[in-house]
Amino acid sequence: MNSLKNKSLVSINDFSPREIESILETAARFEKDPPGRLLSGRVIAALFFEPSTRTRLSFESAVKRLDGQIIGFAEAGSSSVSKGESLKDTIRTVSNYSDLIVMRHSIEGSARYASEISPVPIINAGDGANQHPTQTLLDLYSIKKTQGTLDGLNIFMVGDLKYGRTVHSLLIALSNYNTTFNFISPAELRMPDEYKIILDKKGLKYYEHDDFTEIISRADIVYMTRVQRERFSDPLEYEKVKNIYVLRNEMLENTKENLRILHPLPRVNEIEPEVDENPKAYYFEQALNGVFVRQAIITSILDLI
Amino acid sequence: MGETKQLSVSAIKNGTVIDHIPADTLFSVINILGLENISNQITFGTNLESKKFGKKGIIKVEGIYFSEKEINKIALVAPAARLNIIRDYEVVEKHQLTIPDEIEGIVKCFNPACITNHEPVTTRFRIVSKDPLRLKCHYCEKITDEEHLTII
Ligand SMILES: [Zn+2]
Repeated sequence: MNSLKNKSLVSINDFSPREIESILETAARFEKDPPGRLLSGRVIAALFFEPSTRTRLSFESAVKRLDGQIIGFAEAGSSSVSKGESLKDTIRTVSNYSDLIVMRHSIEGSARYASEISPVPIINAGDGANQHPTQTLLDLYSIKKTQGTLDGLNIFMVGDLKYGRTVHSLLIALSNYNTTFNFISPAELRMPDEYKIILDKKGLKYYEHDDFTEIISRADIVYMTRVQRERFSDPLEYEKVKNIYVLRNEMLENTKENLRILHPLPRVNEIEPEVDENPKAYYFEQALNGVFVRQAIITSILDLI
Repeated sequence: MGETKQLSVSAIKNGTVIDHIPADTLFSVINILGLENISNQITFGTNLESKKFGKKGIIKVEGIYFSEKEINKIALVAPAARLNIIRDYEVVEKHQLTIPDEIEGIVKCFNPACITNHEPVTTRFRIVSKDPLRLKCHYCEKITDEEHLTII
């Protein structure tokens, strides 16, 4: 029984740990042994009301490599949305033309709403600051692939932990495993209490730090995010902390052999370019993993595996 | 009928009395229960003296018995309200309100970026905490707390 059949993927909370494992297994199978023309004759709509070139290309590549067709738009300006069409009307119309809709929208909750009015499944490719579950699944895939397991890992999350939706969703997903978390951020951008409450309820350990040079030797995964100037009410505060959260090669010298550096990309300056050649840098492979994971999600939902 | 002296609003024969409503949320309660659309005889009292609240409001509705689900909706704005069921001028039942686990339509999501504030979508929340009151939006997944609670 494929419980993912016809299911929308809006929030990482929609999928049970078992369903997540199943997607990760399918993605691993696809990576090892590309499944050919699995999406032949299928039409996937990609509606990017808000532009995101990276995510859109990853979905397009995922679909086209399986011989599927992709329709849609890359930004709202080139669609009927710019003429004032409601989201409801757009979704109702496009669902006539496609087997599945991938959508990205700046309005939070838009994908949940779309999933309630659409007769075809919806995959949320980002709804404002809320959810981006395919990113979370590819993060999990990257962690499992590099560590061999999701269980018992020491995960370091670095940078903007207050507004960073990727770290929030990843935290939720990893809270199903015996994970130890280390949160490294400036005081203004700490992990919100609601996420700490979730970890408390599950009895998981977490530690908060301002700096990570002293403790990075314990990490299995370092998940970097960008610290943006606009997030600070006081610009001087930003100037004080901006260099603390930049990863450099020398910081990786006494770290674990299995340590891998992840980043949701695009990167700005939070990882020095010199780190790119370090065998522990994994962010570009992580992006490639996104293609396999998105293939696994789409084919699972369309019940083709 | 000794209480008619204390209450400056008249007693009802059969129906419902909602007492101990904070005076400043009386109109929200009227709104939530949709009393403006009811043709039954209704008496409202507000700014009545109360030891507990300072000023309280009271609503008496002749001939209507609310379902538990309906009445619990007002628990969000008047958690200490008491519900008295009246039959033949006698209080035959008293209820304390309980905040429901899910609410639909009553509260506005405080997140300006939420779909419910952009398209005509009925709001939906799951109550993640009753004291202090914290509502999680079904759509944007953000928490609306007591301080930001707005009744639609
Ligand atoms: Zn909302």
